[in-house]
Amino acid sequence: MLSFVFRRLLYVIPIALAVAAVCFSLVHLAPGDPLTAVIPPDAPQEVVAAITRAYGMDRPLVVQFGSWLGRAVQGDLGVSVATGRPVLIDIQRALGNTLLLASAAAVLGFGIGILLGVVAAVHIGGPIDRVATAIAITGVSIPHYWLGLLLVVVFSVYLDWLPSMGAASGGSANWGWNWDSLRYLVLPAVTMSFIPMGIVTRTVRAAVAEILHSEFVMALRAKGMGSARIALHVGKNAAPTIMAVMGLQFGYLLGGSILVETVFSWPGTGYLLNTAIFQRDIPLLQGVILVLAMFFVGLNLLVDLLQSFADPRIRRG
Amino acid sequence: MRSSSHHSGAAVAESDSVRTPPFLRLVAAGLLILMMPLAATANGGTIRIGMTASDIPLTSGAPNSGFEGVRFTGMTLYDALVSWDLSQADQPAPLVPQLAESWSVSEEDPRVWTFNLRQGVEFHDGSPFNADAVVFNFDKVFDEASPQFDARQAAQVVARLPAYESIRKVDEYTVEITTKTPDSMLINQLPFMFFSSPAHWEALGRDWGAFEQDPSGTGPFRLSSLEPREQAVLVPNANYWDESRMAQAERIVLVPIPEATTRANALLSGQVDWIENPPADTLPMLESRGFQITSNGYPHLWPWQFSFLEDSPWLDRNVRHAANLAVNREEIQVLLAGNMVPAQGLLLPGDPAFGNPDFTIEYDPEQAMALLAESGFGPDNPVEATILISTSGSGQMQPQEMNELIQQQLSQVGIEVEFEVLVWESLFDNWRQGAEHSGSRGAHATNITFATHDPFAAIIRFLDTNSAPPNSLNWGYYSNSEVDALIADLRETFDAEENLSVYRQLHEAIVEDAPYLFVGHDTGPRAMAPGVAGFVQAQSWFQDLTPVHMAD
Repeated sequence: MLSFVFRRLLYVIPIALAVAAVCFSLVHLAPGDPLTAVIPPDAPQEVVAAITRAYGMDRPLVVQFGSWLGRAVQGDLGVSVATGRPVLIDIQRALGNTLLLASAAAVLGFGIGILLGVVAAVHIGGPIDRVATAIAITGVSIPHYWLGLLLVVVFSVYLDWLPSMGAASGGSANWGWNWDSLRYLVLPAVTMSFIPMGIVTRTVRAAVAEILHSEFVMALRAKGMGSARIALHVGKNAAPTIMAVMGLQFGYLLGGSILVETVFSWPGTGYLLNTAIFQRDIPLLQGVILVLAMFFVGLNLLVDLLQSFADPRIRRG
Repeated sequence: MRSSSHHSGAAVAESDSVRTPPFLRLVAAGLLILMMPLAATANGGTIRIGMTASDIPLTSGAPNSGFEGVRFTGMTLYDALVSWDLSQADQPAPLVPQLAESWSVSEEDPRVWTFNLRQGVEFHDGSPFNADAVVFNFDKVFDEASPQFDARQAAQVVARLPAYESIRKVDEYTVEITTKTPDSMLINQLPFMFFSSPAHWEALGRDWGAFEQDPSGTGPFRLSSLEPREQAVLVPNANYWDESRMAQAERIVLVPIPEATTRANALLSGQVDWIENPPADTLPMLESRGFQITSNGYPHLWPWQFSFLEDSPWLDRNVRHAANLAVNREEIQVLLAGNMVPAQGLLLPGDPAFGNPDFTIEYDPEQAMALLAESGFGPDNPVEATILISTSGSGQMQPQEMNELIQQQLSQVGIEVEFEVLVWESLFDNWRQGAEHSGSRGAHATNITFATHDPFAAIIRFLDTNSAPPNSLNWGYYSNSEVDALIADLRETFDAEENLSVYRQLHEAIVEDAPYLFVGHDTGPRAMAPGVAGFVQAQSWFQDLTPVHMAD
């Protein structure tokens, strides 16, 4: 088991390096000058040159990449071009907010998804299954920024029940475990939960239905085992597939949806990414992409390890 | 969030009063009551403003986020030597003295300007504003060797003060600024130079990052708290020097909401009281629900900037005039739900420098066709041109729809245009590269909007022969000796009346030569809750927040 963990950890290194290289070069391939956000277009040549020098952007790209990577490894993601704040501080704040939103959306989406999936699998082919499947397909297909806008129009503008934007009254620093703050979470979390709900429903339905019809379940039934204990066996066998999917979905949620967070002005990583793109704030952009990508890598690793605990066959493969 | 130094000042005052004899306290209280209408004039209320920026603009004295930054964290927290009078809606905002009470230009050496500073002005931290503070701030952005040099502030300010060369303290309340060449336009550039407190910067350990969280200027508002990307809270500066501009609201909360629909929803659901630039299609609905919509033309131009390279059809003045006569600006105004002032030149029609050009820009397709025929063009031989456009971008209004409508209108007189659509960032970067650059893809005009609040911004950077790439933004390599001579004349004319007269001639010459397709000026719509009172929308990129408050 230890060697499996070690091997999986080793794989992370080349993946992380490739991720860093890709995110650095993609950002620099995008059109526009990296200092557009800070230098007015009619700035004299010498001012442009001086500022480019001051930000270290006059050096060859390879050198810039090397020094960026060197500092990133030590946990220093540089300083935002636009604000001068350390990138890491901005990312930490945003990650906290996104984690909150992602967790709420995951609880909602995974909870409803598993429930619907199991119900559909048990009643496969029947009207309950069709309804559950229809809900799942709607969840996956609906453009979630549109859904967000719709929810805002209904619940904020017309009914005036819930706030339309922001993370808490007076900013996310004032967030607390009370209804006054939780109100802000409702609409974005519901919006974000739709896609994982749909995907988890479909995955659970397929996995559970398949196992329910497998021979060992029939054997268990024939042995006269109670349905609660059968359910335990079914759950254990379906878990690896479902966990893999939920892990990926949670990764997506953690990435923070640019669209949903922008629609709700939710100060998370998606919103931060949006700001960085609009301001062409390259250090911030690189930092956010790198951290999110590493989250994905880490989450995949975690899911792999959990799967191998649940199903020892994977370790041997 | 405020510095402890500020509170400690209040604490000292309180402990003093404990030792004061009772009758003196009574007298003091009486005096305070008498002074109240002067000092604490706040009518009250909190105004929450949804900005289009995606972050709180920098607060240390050189805001980013373009003119929106200058509007919200520049002119609120800070003052300049000279600024605009934004109290009137019916004329383009004129320049007025602010921290400088008066100034003069040396007759022996017209590069040297003497500024007499206002006395008795204090920064928010209580330290005095004086000549040392002025020199400190110019060095902050212009002198890389000074300890207070800040590259981020320099990036915002230096390009806006191209005339500046050096500064010298003459005495406690007098400074001398020298320009690179004799240049009357220094005065137009000074509103962008704000003054941060040197004492407060020292107190914060010479750290501009800390100053950002806890700034100190001389402006009518103080920063009470700052949550990056979420909100900034401004409160009145009770010691502001200009009694006619005491802040009336108790708090102004700035909230960045870059997404236009989210901004409108935030207003509709009562989370903000005021939004900048609401989406055009929400205006009728907002109005019908009782929200106030304000708008006013301001110094902004939506043009096509023509190329004057050899292959450009716009080299022929008849063709330029014909295009200007073929555009039906009223149709475009309808397309924009009224949110455009039809252009009759580079400047707003009511600008004192507009003048009386011989060429009248109006919709006259017959005249356009006659001019084209004169130059040998006709239905069988149309003018053909390619235009660089974007589908979005800061200040671009609704570029795609507007360009497509113009394309149809021009086609009716025999001018056939095609578009090269670029990403906004690429279009913007190409502005400086010029028409000759491969990034221009051989296009004959570019469609980028700009500010026209002073002669440099409106004209010199685009139309002076010396502004050709890579020096500045004369994208099309326009060169006109009459315009160049008038620009030179304008730079060296220091008398305000005469200066205006030269500026007027310059504008007339430009309208007559038509190096642009002049289309329209934006009107900067804003939407506000019914309770917001006191706002006067000036004909400017900038607005005064001091009279704004919540009506009872």
